[in-house]
Amino acid sequence: MREKILTAIDKNSKLTAKDLAIMLGSTEEEVTSILKQLEEEHIICGYPTLINWDKVQCERVTALIEVKVTPQRGLGFDKIAERIYKFDEVQSVYLMSGGFDLTVIIEGKTMREVANFVAAKLAPMDAILSTATHFVLKKYKEHGLPLVEPKQDERMLISP
Amino acid sequence: MRNPLSRNVVNIQPSGIRKFFDIVSEMKDAISLGVGEPDFDTPWHIREEGIYSLEKGRTFYTSNSGLKELKIEICNYLYRRCDLQYNYSNEVLVTVGGSEAIDLALRAMVDPGDEVLVPQPSYVSYHPCALLAGAVPVVIELKEENNFKLTKQDLLSAITDKTKILILPFPNNPTGAIMDYDDLKDIVDIIIEKDLYVISDEIYSELTYGKRHVSIASFPGMRDRTIVINGFSKSYAMTGWRLGYAAGPALIIEQMTKIHQFAIMCAPTTSQYAAVEALRNGDSDVEMMRDAYDKRRKYLVHAIRNMGLSCFEPLGAFYVFPSIKGLNMSSDDFATRLLQEEKVAVVPGTAFGACGEGFLRISYAYSIDNLKVALERIERFVKKHK
Repeated sequence: MREKILTAIDKNSKLTAKDLAIMLGSTEEEVTSILKQLEEEHIICGYPTLINWDKVQCERVTALIEVKVTPQRGLGFDKIAERIYKFDEVQSVYLMSGGFDLTVIIEGKTMREVANFVAAKLAPMDAILSTATHFVLKKYKEHGLPLVEPKQDERMLISP
Repeated sequence: MRNPLSRNVVNIQPSGIRKFFDIVSEMKDAISLGVGEPDFDTPWHIREEGIYSLEKGRTFYTSNSGLKELKIEICNYLYRRCDLQYNYSNEVLVTVGGSEAIDLALRAMVDPGDEVLVPQPSYVSYHPCALLAGAVPVVIELKEENNFKLTKQDLLSAITDKTKILILPFPNNPTGAIMDYDDLKDIVDIIIEKDLYVISDEIYSELTYGKRHVSIASFPGMRDRTIVINGFSKSYAMTGWRLGYAAGPALIIEQMTKIHQFAIMCAPTTSQYAAVEALRNGDSDVEMMRDAYDKRRKYLVHAIRNMGLSCFEPLGAFYVFPSIKGLNMSSDDFATRLLQEEKVAVVPGTAFGACGEGFLRISYAYSIDNLKVALERIERFVKKHK
């Protein structure tokens, strides 16, 4: 049931415990208690909203930064990753395989703000060897959901 | 001038659904729960394969019975999912939708005067296709108290010495009923004893909930007297591609192929290439869609029962078939007034046979958000007229 609930709310966190119970053949109490457990175990870490900021009159830029670091003895990459993700500007941090070590996704109001962050905060950290910053020009799809207007239902209204 | 029309054709009633369609299409901003096709787009990797085949210039006829690769994949699929073994070279025919296969099977098997058993409520085309083929359709009325299954007694009492064919439309549109292993086992002996042939329309075979679909052709002695009809429309959300198939003994498939060859030539080539991809790599898409339908099914049955309507639990397809017998309204009245008063379109049960009176077909091939809005309106309507 835990997995069923997680799959059901993965793309729609607005489903209520009552709706979930009906759709999954469970009871409202059971769903509520499982949701609570999942939150406590930090399996559900939050319920953010997917917003297409491009459609709002509000300047925002996103950058993806490739970071090469020197792992620290006994701590590996975790310590340096933590130092990076604690900044509010940082949206996501992933440890990568391949040509660089960390992907850091930054959101800022302007390109200058992002550039300042990289130059003043990120690059000077001791463990960081190099950074490469790529600005996002347009977002098409996020969290498995396209950021475009849903298309109209083109089916005939009645069919056998 | 002489009358240009065939009496046989003129005497056939147009589909009841058509009448209702005309009313609905004049209604702006109506919410419809009336469609008989999936709300999902065809999975992208399948569409992409169709596009690729066009880019490669595969724009020619295929052989009459269909692309060899596709027929091989169909045989693999029928073996994998239904435990049925067919020879791709002469026991499979690729058709323009399952509906062409139904028409061909009837035309290939009946002579004037032969009786064809048509259980109803069911899909609209069996009865007229039997008439067009010159046969005599005999309706078997399925009953709600039997969960709309075909029982041994129903079958026995409809058989005469002229009966040749039984149409077996399960999982069923519009009721959502299925025939499981035990239900089929019950009627197999009679079919063999009375020497009947079966046209088993299994187009919704992938959409069953809780129980796997069982094909009647998998019973001992049934393979050689069954034409299995299936297709890509419902399971892979490919209605507009118009692609289905029939599988059965070579003796019958060869005659069906003959009609198909003269009337159609071959099924659309682009669709056939896309269908190969669907059968090779589409299992997870089917599973995803089945899962989504199942959630909506439970939601819809719950909501309708909460309104105080009795609703049999459908285990297949994507329809619920609630009873409105407590409301003192005919199915037609209910559907028409629901449309006028609340702007929600559902299909009256009578569109699927006279015994659909007192029922409605509500489709759940819609998003949950859409269903919620429509259900609120239906509830308001039911309360008002109770």
